[in-house]
Amino acid sequence: MTSVTTKQYTDDVSLLMVLVDTNPLFWSSTTTSFSFSKFLSQLLSFLNSILLLNQLNQVVVIASGFNSCDYVYDSSLGPTNQRVETLLQKLEEFVSKDEELNRDDSVDGIGSSLLSGALSMALCYIQRVFRSGSLHPQPRILCLHGSQDGPGQYVAIMNSIFSAQRSMVPIDSCVIGSQHSTFLQQASYITGGVYLRPQHLDGLFQYLTTVFATDLHSRNFLQLPKASGVDFRASCFCHKKTIELGYICSVCLSIFCQHHKKCSTCGSAFGKPQTSDSTTNQKRKAPDT
Amino acid sequence: MDASQVVKRVKYKSSVKAPGIDGILKMTRERFTFRPNDPSKSQSLNVDFRLIKGHKSSKEGSGKPALLNITKDQGGYFFEFENFPDRELCRDFVAKAIIANTSSGASEKATPINNEQLSSAEMQRRIKLLQEDSELQKLHQQFVMGGVLSETEFWATRKKLVDVNASRRVKQRVGLKSDMTFNVKPSSDGQSNRVTFNLTPEMIHQIFAEKPAVRQAYLNFVPNKMTERDFWTKYWRAQYLHSARNIVATAAEAAEDEELAVFLKQDPILASETRQKIRKVDPTLDMEADEGDDYTHIPGHGLAVENTKDELEAQYEPFKRSFMQDINRHAAVVLEGRTIDVETADTRTVAEALASSKRVELAKEASNGNVNQERLDRISRMSEIEDLQAPREPPVAPLCIKDPRDYFDSQQVNATNQEAGTKQMKSRLSTSEAYGSLRVFISEIRTVGLSDPIVRPEVAVMVFNGLTQNISSSKYQLGKNPHESILDTLPRVTKEELLLHWTSIQELLKHFWSSYPITTTYLYTKVISALLSYYVEFVPFVVIFSM
Repeated sequence: MTSVTTKQYTDDVSLLMVLVDTNPLFWSSTTTSFSFSKFLSQLLSFLNSILLLNQLNQVVVIASGFNSCDYVYDSSLGPTNQRVETLLQKLEEFVSKDEELNRDDSVDGIGSSLLSGALSMALCYIQRVFRSGSLHPQPRILCLHGSQDGPGQYVAIMNSIFSAQRSMVPIDSCVIGSQHSTFLQQASYITGGVYLRPQHLDGLFQYLTTVFATDLHSRNFLQLPKASGVDFRASCFCHKKTIELGYICSVCLSIFCQHHKKCSTCGSAFGKPQTSDSTTNQKRKAPDT
Repeated sequence: MDASQVVKRVKYKSSVKAPGIDGILKMTRERFTFRPNDPSKSQSLNVDFRLIKGHKSSKEGSGKPALLNITKDQGGYFFEFENFPDRELCRDFVAKAIIANTSSGASEKATPINNEQLSSAEMQRRIKLLQEDSELQKLHQQFVMGGVLSETEFWATRKKLVDVNASRRVKQRVGLKSDMTFNVKPSSDGQSNRVTFNLTPEMIHQIFAEKPAVRQAYLNFVPNKMTERDFWTKYWRAQYLHSARNIVATAAEAAEDEELAVFLKQDPILASETRQKIRKVDPTLDMEADEGDDYTHIPGHGLAVENTKDELEAQYEPFKRSFMQDINRHAAVVLEGRTIDVETADTRTVAEALASSKRVELAKEASNGNVNQERLDRISRMSEIEDLQAPREPPVAPLCIKDPRDYFDSQQVNATNQEAGTKQMKSRLSTSEAYGSLRVFISEIRTVGLSDPIVRPEVAVMVFNGLTQNISSSKYQLGKNPHESILDTLPRVTKEELLLHWTSIQELLKHFWSSYPITTTYLYTKVISALLSYYVEFVPFVVIFSM
């Protein structure tokens, strides 16, 4: 970050953290009409247009790979005339490094990229910007994600989402895979970002510039696509049934549809359920009505 | 007071401190005027009562001037009267004039319907409601000040609000007086040696609360052993002896009369209570820590010590009673507040009630056995020698979650089953091949460069249509989603303005329909002229809402 304090930041200066999914298994599963090179071409054009929108705009790209994640580009560093070259150079290095870290050659399905790690890195970078002085660009995170959600990352991702919410950083999501991402739906919903799954991937650049290019201040005056509604109903841990009323472990918040003697997730022993509405180890979840 | 006008000689002041100008104040129902005696002074006034918001007046007596302050929205007028009766007369007149002018407002030309005289309490309540609710105030300003509705009409629909507010005020219990009873100065007639004490039920209550021994003695002695009168005589005699501060004489008297001794000796019940309280004090309390906070480090609490007669023999010890003890006991009782709710003047009832409430308290404390145990635990914990103890383990168990994926699954099921199943995608390549192809893609773009055009125009149009379809269709989807309304899509200022108009329309409609059936000409003019003409202003908005 060169001479941040000397720059005059207004409310329409953005710091855009772009999280790019570089899971090789995902990109090799996509159809040829939308290859990684086509995606990169549209993404690079988008990044260039962001930097053109305002001289002070800043773009940081984080690649979230299969085994690792890393910063691949920071517009505040290096020369301004060879942006694409630097980015591609770094990206190639990253992919090689990611491959070296790979141990498991046969993966079931297409696996998932390390979204939690990339989110944490973005938030760390933003925190650094916040502490650089009272004047700083308005940060936001854009996730370009295609892989499936990794269930094992649940706790880490939810923690990232909540810390983004606390620092008022919206997480925008553009899902380029064929499935919706529960993680990103929640992330955008909680942080007040935009969630979008483009129907026509050839027009990705158009989607990006129309929906995700505007700075946070201008968003107040725009009608951006809204989520049609995220289903936050929970299903129980024991039978995967969607329930509206159930038992919750007071220690780890696991949800069960019937009373157990012991929590299957954290092993806490439950007391006897009482017929009255007094609470022991379980609390009755109030129905939504 | 039906006088249609009042004329008084006053001094007009622009502020309280100003010297003032002599002149004549004349008040009629509509306005008041002031003419200075000296015509060269230009301070004459002619003020309409409609501009007047209220009035204040100085306290009577105590050598203060008889002031009346008539207040406007900003500032006011100060008048100094020659005497208080004149001021009272004018004040009442002003009060009536203000009410008459505010409640009849613009509608007085029709028929002055129930121009009720509002009590000042009622008035206060309304003013308070208006101050608390800015929306109500806006409506009030718009309609009542604007002359569309009269004050009474406006409030008639809000009777409930006013009443509820009134009933919310709970009757507050009166606490004990903070005066100390021994301050009661005996009145003596000078000639004989008789001293008279006046005793009120209030004082009795206080004495019983502060001195349980007296209470106990009363229950024991009256009326079997002595009459109530004798009892109190003895009590005050004891008090009198104390105030004389002659310990030797006190001891001598007590030796002769055992009943009197009860009052003179230190209170045994109190003493046991104190002991109990001391036992309850946290033994780990560090008194040194707050030594600098108060005067406790000064011997005698900073008061000059009167008790220098150390040579006093031990036999007088029970009759010594320090001023400090009395003050502390009194303060404790006052802070405790009125523990019983007896309004009677019957001394015996009071004494019994107090005694029983004390017993209940004691029983409660006795049943709290584990409190004592807790205290003991605390002592043993605090007095242990830290160096010799093993480090205390925090009372927590580590959280071990077997499989965090369960949390994900519990939500994933719902989120993804909306779309046609979860089709398992399969990579066509192995991991290493996949990495290879990814690198190929990257080098491809490095050699070829960005595609041109980035997006084909047809695709761009498709994207635009897809993105804006949501917005253009919102008109037809209104009301389907209770969480969203078109109001949220409007700018904030517009939204607030619309909501204000909406409340105004509601208010007007309420009054409009309450006027039916139109039986009197007053109602007719009200509906036609005031409401309807006003309503027309809102019609564009009504149309917008119904669209």
